Amino acid sequence: MGNDHHTTSQASGLWGWINARFPLDKMLKEHVTEYYAPKNFNYWYVFGVLSLVVLVIQLVSGIFLTMNYKPAAADAFASVEYIMRDVEWGWLIRYMHSTGASAFFIVVYLHMFRALMYGSYRAPRELLWIFGMLIYLCLMAEAFMGYLLPWGNMSYWGAQVIVSLFGTIPVIGDSLSEWIKGDYFISDITLNRFFALHVIAIPLILVFLVVAHILALHEVGSNNPDGVEIKKHKNADGHPLDGIPFHPYMTVKDLWGISVFLLIYCGIIFFAPTFGGLFLESPNFDPANPMQTPPHIAPVWYFTPFYAMLRAVPSFAGTQVWGVLVMFGAIALLFFLPWLDKSPVKSIRYKGPITKIALALFAVSFVVLAYCGMKPPSPTLLLTSRIFTAVYFAFFLLMPWYSRIDAVKPVPERVTYHVH
Amino acid sequence: MFIKKFAQALVATALLLPAFAQANEGASLPPAGNDIRNEASLQRGARNFMNYCSGCHSAKYVRYNRVAADLHIGAAELKKNLMFTSEKPADTIVSALAAADAKKWFGTMPPDLSLIARSRGTPYLSAFLHSFYRDPSRPTGVNNTMLPGTAMPHVLSVLQGVQNAVFKTEDGKPEFEKFELIDKGSLTPEQYDEFVRDTVNFLEYMGEPIQAQREDLGVWVMLFLLVFAGFAYLLYKEYWRVVH
Repeated sequence: MGNDHHTTSQASGLWGWINARFPLDKMLKEHVTEYYAPKNFNYWYVFGVLSLVVLVIQLVSGIFLTMNYKPAAADAFASVEYIMRDVEWGWLIRYMHSTGASAFFIVVYLHMFRALMYGSYRAPRELLWIFGMLIYLCLMAEAFMGYLLPWGNMSYWGAQVIVSLFGTIPVIGDSLSEWIKGDYFISDITLNRFFALHVIAIPLILVFLVVAHILALHEVGSNNPDGVEIKKHKNADGHPLDGIPFHPYMTVKDLWGISVFLLIYCGIIFFAPTFGGLFLESPNFDPANPMQTPPHIAPVWYFTPFYAMLRAVPSFAGTQVWGVLVMFGAIALLFFLPWLDKSPVKSIRYKGPITKIALALFAVSFVVLAYCGMKPPSPTLLLTSRIFTAVYFAFFLLMPWYSRIDAVKPVPERVTYHVH
Repeated sequence: MFIKKFAQALVATALLLPAFAQANEGASLPPAGNDIRNEASLQRGARNFMNYCSGCHSAKYVRYNRVAADLHIGAAELKKNLMFTSEKPADTIVSALAAADAKKWFGTMPPDLSLIARSRGTPYLSAFLHSFYRDPSRPTGVNNTMLPGTAMPHVLSVLQGVQNAVFKTEDGKPEFEKFELIDKGSLTPEQYDEFVRDTVNFLEYMGEPIQAQREDLGVWVMLFLLVFAGFAYLLYKEYWRVVH
């Protein structure tokens, strides 16, 4: 590849002029036309590129929303209605952004589940996984702060509940939650700083992390559904035998994937933008009212698995901090995944029945907890939440043990690929 | 095989979630039966709203001229029949009720109705407007089973008439059973149902004036994307023919 760079940089014309001064050609080759991806990618591998598509949708629609939105307690709610009613195509931009927020979590959760199935977090991809987890953390912060901005009643009380979680930390809790709010309660000041963090600080970190995530991916190469390293078998040119250039092969495949995604995404925007109260919650069509709590406060669906865990843990020794610890622990555990999995194979295809059942139970627990977190508390839901919180944690904490003793099937030397 | 089946089960569960959410939200209330594409109904609803609601309730995000344009109401007609508190068609719908007076008379400011259909749902609004009953213990003389202790007087009782609520006692607690019309209004029950349906229809329209156009445009967007996806699929298959 070094040679190619040398020859193209001597080419004439504008292309040559640029490449003599900037490694444009080299970068395109390294990351697009000569990045070799395993040819046995299945449709689970579309969610990475979809995350990127949603990121761009959110950034661009966000810019246009910012042009019309007013980050002040007295004006915020009205400015959102101004966008919905008076700004040309404002309703479309707003629905793109609100649906995009949920779409982001859907594609990211599926992307992460893909990594769980095929062992994409295993060596040498630990750092790639950690960058991904940091992106997920940023995404949660971004979503939480963005949710306050419409200044609806659920925005207000949702933020109240989440900020108060920090208040449960012993000793520093109260001052910490005051520091986050910049006030004694969620106020105009809080809204202002959340706006600043939502539109510039976190997106900046997010974009930086996405670049790092992709660079790390292209350094070690993509994993695949067989969990075998395609770089082990190369041809005379040094290209992996089971790899195909990202462009045009993966780009045309992704284009097909993106168009299916857009069908679903636009279907929601144009025909069910509130998605039955899941993507835009009905109490949020009432302006923020510090004197009136909504009948049932719940975060948006993508946070509800963790919210269910929070509610599942009883207070103990006079403090609620345990629930908060469990909730954050549920996310923190994901960071350690590369070192918890002791299986000799990467992909679920060659793992044994225990791992398959464990992964299935994990996915079920996530969905059940999401459901429990949406509903008003009840004894049945509490018991269900407790059981599935235990299942969720057992998936990680018992992994060093069950991944070691579980049966494995022989892993093929090369990827399995059927011409279609 | 396992993964495929499992993924299918996962997707199926995820698709069911909004159904759960919806089923619980409008708990057992019958649908309002309104249709935002019925322009005559929306026009009647606008008339009802301006005559019976806007005296106390504002709709401060809704502009008169937007309503006129969307519902095909002429400028002269708009001014004569629908604009009572304002002169400029570009104004938003603000009630003539001063906040201080509202506090004195009702104890609270009547809520703005721009988004009431989106925050409460049309089944609730329809049920609310049907559920006023005589209750001499209340300052307004009426109560409402949907919102017990409501500060709102039954401004539509001229139309609906006066009804009593029949409660049966179950486990020592009074439980609502049914309404009994004790004094006829100027409308028959069927006419009143239609009156409420039109009004709720207009409230839903005000909640999201773009709704009908959004869905119309959505059909074209989906058609375009279907064609696009078709070509994208063929392009993908064409390129991948050489991959072995």
